[in-house]
Amino acid sequence: MVFLWSFLIGGLICVIGQLMFDVLKLTPGQTLSTLVVIGAILGGFGLYEPLIDFAGAGATVPITSFGNSLVTGALEEAKQHGIIGVVTGMFEVTSSGISAAIIFGMIGALLFKPKG
Amino acid sequence: MANQTSQAKKYKDYEASKLPKRPILINCLKAFFIGGLICVIGQFISLFYMYFFNFTEQTAGNPTVATLIFITMLLTGFGIYNKIAQFAGAGTAVPVTGFGNAVISAAIEHRTEGFVQGVGGNMFKLAGSVILFGTFSAFVIALIKTIFSYWSGT
Repeated sequence: MVFLWSFLIGGLICVIGQLMFDVLKLTPGQTLSTLVVIGAILGGFGLYEPLIDFAGAGATVPITSFGNSLVTGALEEAKQHGIIGVVTGMFEVTSSGISAAIIFGMIGALLFKPKG
Repeated sequence: MANQTSQAKKYKDYEASKLPKRPILINCLKAFFIGGLICVIGQFISLFYMYFFNFTEQTAGNPTVATLIFITMLLTGFGIYNKIAQFAGAGTAVPVTGFGNAVISAAIEHRTEGFVQGVGGNMFKLAGSVILFGTFSAFVIALIKTIFSYWSGT
């Protein structure tokens, strides 16, 4: 069942992105930035975690989860260390996406030659 | 001056009439299916990590994202990702694979300019704005929420 929901919710988030491309005529960069901010706002109100429980990878794979986990990390650290935790805890949860992109980007640049 | 702006407006209307209409419904269907499919693949990877490495539903997202970006590296390197992306539009851009592709394709493309200037300098050319706005908005939101919880004394 979780597969069906992850398909539907994940697909739906992509449709929202597609509508931002086609109807609002935003560039991919603007669209992704907006979606990340939306994810951060949902995370701030505590609405994103129920979505993850409900849709699994349908909620964690789209870029919106990036904003959510930044907020979640910051808030968790803020509980322990106060205001300073907001800055220090930010990348606590999210690190994997950025570190994976950097590591595999470097490996990709070492392995593959540019085409065309 | 007024004449010029009316001419500019006329040209803009003319340009709009010549631009191909975007097939919004078909684009949305493509984005829905490919985007949904990527999330289902992500769900398989999540379940794999949950069963074999003791992750929970909430924490399994991290290794899943890393695995998907690894797959993206292979697909980008062999030039397959571009072809899927042309078909799927936002279906491949919105999942984290699109973020990975933006970083990795920039790294591969600028390799000829050297590793420091080329790869290092251009890696986050496209993806940098996602990190910037994500981090900054998360900072503002977490700050407001933390201050608010001090006030309300919880």
